[in-house]
Amino acid sequence: MAARPSRLIATLGWVLALAVLSGAARSAPAQSAQPASRIVSLVPAVTEILFAVGAGAQVVAVSSFDKFPPAVEKLTRVGALLNPDTERILSLRPNLVIVYGSQADLLAQFKQAGIPVFVYRHGGLSDTLDSITAVGTATGHAAGAATVVAGLRTRLDTLRRRVAGRPKPRTLLVLSREPGTLRGLYASGGIGFLHDLLELAGGSNVFADVREESVQPSQETLLTRRPDVVVELHPRPEMADIADARRAWSPLVSVPAVRFNRVHPLGGAYLVTAGPRLGGAAEAIGRALHPEAFK
Amino acid sequence: MNSSHPAAVATAAAPVPARPLRARFAATMLAFAALAIVVCILAPLVGTTTISFSRAFDRSIPFQDNVDAQIFFVARLPRVVAGALVGAALAVAGVVFQALLRNPLATPFTLGVSAGASLGAMTVIIFGGFTAVGPWSPVPVASLLGAGAASALVYLLATSPGRVMSTTVLLLAGVTLNAFLSALILFAQYLADFAEVYRAARWLMGDLDVGGFDSILGALPLLIASFVGFATLPSSLNLLSVGADLAASRGVDVARTQQWAFVSASLATGAAVAVAGPIGFIGIIVPHLVRLLVGADHRVLLPASALFGAAFLVLCDLGARTLLAPVEIPVGVVTALIGGPFFLWLLVRHA
Repeated sequence: MAARPSRLIATLGWVLALAVLSGAARSAPAQSAQPASRIVSLVPAVTEILFAVGAGAQVVAVSSFDKFPPAVEKLTRVGALLNPDTERILSLRPNLVIVYGSQADLLAQFKQAGIPVFVYRHGGLSDTLDSITAVGTATGHAAGAATVVAGLRTRLDTLRRRVAGRPKPRTLLVLSREPGTLRGLYASGGIGFLHDLLELAGGSNVFADVREESVQPSQETLLTRRPDVVVELHPRPEMADIADARRAWSPLVSVPAVRFNRVHPLGGAYLVTAGPRLGGAAEAIGRALHPEAFK
Repeated sequence: MNSSHPAAVATAAAPVPARPLRARFAATMLAFAALAIVVCILAPLVGTTTISFSRAFDRSIPFQDNVDAQIFFVARLPRVVAGALVGAALAVAGVVFQALLRNPLATPFTLGVSAGASLGAMTVIIFGGFTAVGPWSPVPVASLLGAGAASALVYLLATSPGRVMSTTVLLLAGVTLNAFLSALILFAQYLADFAEVYRAARWLMGDLDVGGFDSILGALPLLIASFVGFATLPSSLNLLSVGADLAASRGVDVARTQQWAFVSASLATGAAVAVAGPIGFIGIIVPHLVRLLVGADHRVLLPASALFGAAFLVLCDLGARTLLAPVEIPVGVVTALIGGPFFLWLLVRHA
């Protein structure tokens, strides 16, 4: 019930905004044939892609959570998934805005304003490669994107060959947990780019049968799934602490990964960002699963 | 002639023949204790997987090779123990807050203790930092500190030294602090990355999958202290829930009773939330349910609520971990889904 008046206010705000910006908005469709010269990215993964394909100089603003590449430090911040600052985005007069597929209201608003939108959707590893190509095309850097995609493919293929023929350990890929314990633990399910990376790096996901991107298993489920290796991905590097991981996993001694000291906390945002740095993420996981292949 | 005087109904101070009361008390306690014990024995036998109990209790197999023993002793038993302790603590804290505030709508979370605990936990989940202390991992440590700070603040706001607490001031100060802290929680979530928002939201739903006895051992001293406090309260609470003046005229040290009640109930709530997150509904449903079953005499109501709260939460958690297995339902959702309709049914039947 309360949503309706606020939507009305938002619409009224939009009418005003449109009146102010009508000149810019009207000329936008004409520009869309040309590569975007003023880009606003609300998706950190796409920001990385933009800079990698060579469109970095065209980016005028990024989301509040962007940290990479270091060049983003100097750019304007315009909120993120839950709290995009539409007013500031409009004032930057962008001719391409990158949003998440779930930001339906925002999408409709930019469509009304005649600003071209690139909709990013989360998916598997192949979706990430497709996103790189699409971003390149939309920004006039198709060749740059092709180079990035080829480089990433080569890197992933090298890794695939390196681990080929080795036994695939049953692996639990942890996406997050509370520090010091296994409470609030989320693990990768059987779909999504992280699952794809794990399988590519020569592991067999213990939750491959769960058709979800993430699973929240109980201690009992962890004990029955019995992973041979646990790989933890911590976006904050300081959270990847081996002492903390040992302490957290120590109660589950019957799990082979715990008994044979094969719990590997890895740290860094690159591990979980579906962008050009996934090659490094795949290698880090491969190294944890098959240390002997990297000697 | 005077034995059936109407005033004897509500006030415990009235002279009542000792023996039948004691016998009834014993029978009631026995029934509630039996329920709690049966539930706590049966609950760890059921789970998402079938395990062999002869293997689980076979000492000749080394523990690290014995998956059945691990599932029983690491995954299930601590969960049941945590459920029983948290359920008992929240139920009794609910009874005590309802008597202290003389308000049937009071819960252990009314005065902002759990909002303080939640804000502490959110801070660590979203912004990181903080260290483990003894058996506590960082999130429960922060949650305990938050609970302590919030209850200290409410207490300081609502009391002046040596004077009887005004329940109205206490209630208003607590409710306002609760709202203020809840706003801070929302603000912290708003600032956070959405993966962290999701983790934070999950914590707020409550969870008993403690995975070992560490956090239970950490909470135990606090829970024991709070239950020692509760044990001093029943007779005074009977009088206090009628009115502070009446209680004072019958020789109750009102200010002291209020202190003990507030401190014990806050301690129990803080410890329970640190172990399991803010599991809702227990603290309001169980007191009313038990009151409908055994009456309003706190000498019966307090221990009966503790036992029933333990049984109820263990049962709800059993449902939470098995109903949709392998997916878990947040236990706070189950307490509301089972407790709500059951309570309404009982209410309508008695009305």
